[in-house]
Amino acid sequence: MRACVRRTAGARAGAVVSLFPRPLPALEPYTEAFWRGCRAGRLDMLRCTQCGWIIHPGRPICPRCHGNQLAATTLSGRAHLHSFTVNHKAWFPGQAVPYVIGLVELAEQTGLRLTTNIVNCPLERIAIDMPLRVTFEILNDDVALPLFEPVEDL
Amino acid sequence: MSDKPERHAILSGVGQSAIGRRLFRTDLDLTCEAALAAIADAGLRPDDIDGIACYPGPIAAPSGFAGPGIYDVQESLGVDLRWHLSGAEGPAQISPIIHAALAVAGGLCRHALVYRTVTEATAAADTGRLGIGVGSHEIRGFGAFMIPFGAMSAANWLALYARRHMHEFGTTRRHLGLIATTARRHAKYNPKAIYREPMTMDDYLAARMISDPFCLYDCDAPADGSTAVIVSRADAARDLPHAAVRFEAFGTALRARPSWDQWGDITTMAARDAAQQMWSRTDLRPSDVDSAQLYDGFSFLTLAWIEALGFCGKGESGPFVDHGRIDLGGALPLNTWGGQLSGGRLHGFGFVAEAMRQLRGDCGERQVKDCEVVAVGVGGGPVAGCMLLTR
Repeated sequence: MRACVRRTAGARAGAVVSLFPRPLPALEPYTEAFWRGCRAGRLDMLRCTQCGWIIHPGRPICPRCHGNQLAATTLSGRAHLHSFTVNHKAWFPGQAVPYVIGLVELAEQTGLRLTTNIVNCPLERIAIDMPLRVTFEILNDDVALPLFEPVEDL
Repeated sequence: MSDKPERHAILSGVGQSAIGRRLFRTDLDLTCEAALAAIADAGLRPDDIDGIACYPGPIAAPSGFAGPGIYDVQESLGVDLRWHLSGAEGPAQISPIIHAALAVAGGLCRHALVYRTVTEATAAADTGRLGIGVGSHEIRGFGAFMIPFGAMSAANWLALYARRHMHEFGTTRRHLGLIATTARRHAKYNPKAIYREPMTMDDYLAARMISDPFCLYDCDAPADGSTAVIVSRADAARDLPHAAVRFEAFGTALRARPSWDQWGDITTMAARDAAQQMWSRTDLRPSDVDSAQLYDGFSFLTLAWIEALGFCGKGESGPFVDHGRIDLGGALPLNTWGGQLSGGRLHGFGFVAEAMRQLRGDCGERQVKDCEVVAVGVGGGPVAGCMLLTR
């Protein structure tokens, strides 16, 4: 069995198609750059130019040093799997299940995480601590979702 | 701590409406029934009520979740108020109880009605249970980072916590099942419980998966029902028709990132911080607790609360709940009304009602012998509030 989102045959690397219609994230003042970055194929987050702390979700100031000079930085997209669950319940009529929800920890900073889907990986190969890399699912002209797939080709 | 505010307030009355799966009654109707029952239980008349509080008040939420706001209840009861409050942010669903005690202790009011009402079963009658955000065009706030990924329920968010706990400590589905099957055994003795028929461990393990490791019986049962309590000044205790229930200590702390997925150690919850603060406000210790009423919106939450409150060491809650320790007659009778898993998702207040009834000796066949101290812990993930109650 494959996870719910799979790579489109012949598509450029990183492109995936969804098997269920996804609610859209709103573009809000401190998160718009994140979603637009994803749409451009980059994992961008705010970083404090004073102390280097990466802030996600975005805020107006750095919670560590309280500096207000924050700038988008592009992350490597490397992560490991902190936890996961296979969702079996359809949360709205017609939603395809099962699919894998992963909680991934990004390589750049301890505790910096994303809730995401693990894709392009058979269910039986999914394991906590497995190394992952980002891939993007395009939703519209403004937004793409960062999903994660195994680093090693399976 | 000799003059702590907890000492200046008591729980003087408790009442519940009809509780059921699809009552097709309004939330305000259920709330009035519970409120009048609680007021009478405290030996009071509606005119004595001079404070009202509830969780969460009017917020954007799925149908059946929020219940009526305090102004509709004030209008229905026809009372004048000296203090009132509602809110969704705070130390979990018992936040308005804690704040009512502070208001009473501070002299703002004398008898506060505090309630929580849900009609989630009736709301889902036509559609089944839908995910959070379904039908929304755009998702705002923290949900923007979860719901588009199909993490559309707290079942998904907390399954991630449970799986990590299993990974680090060897906790098993059978341990989760002990929470569910024990609660079901207790619900047999609660006439108002939603599910009272026996459930074996095999039944539990064979149930359909929702979001693994959570199966259907790891998730609480949506219900219709209202629970109301009366928080009164401590000097009202002498006029009560029954024993007063006393506040020994509150726990309201929140020390890590207030986020479901950025919470630092997801084998713990905000329960850890609330519980630590609660114990810092009392000379009583975990070994003094006669019964625990611990939130079980999902079975795993109860395990996390058991660890948070120090009934066992970190990571040891799975083995701890085995061998009858949490049964009636065990060392720590747990969720003796059936919890939300079997008693119904009354969203926090069912635990408070049961704690009061156990301390007053009103529980009949499910009564814990010589029950003098009860721990109540409510909430999951980054949301937690707790209270130690005594008689």
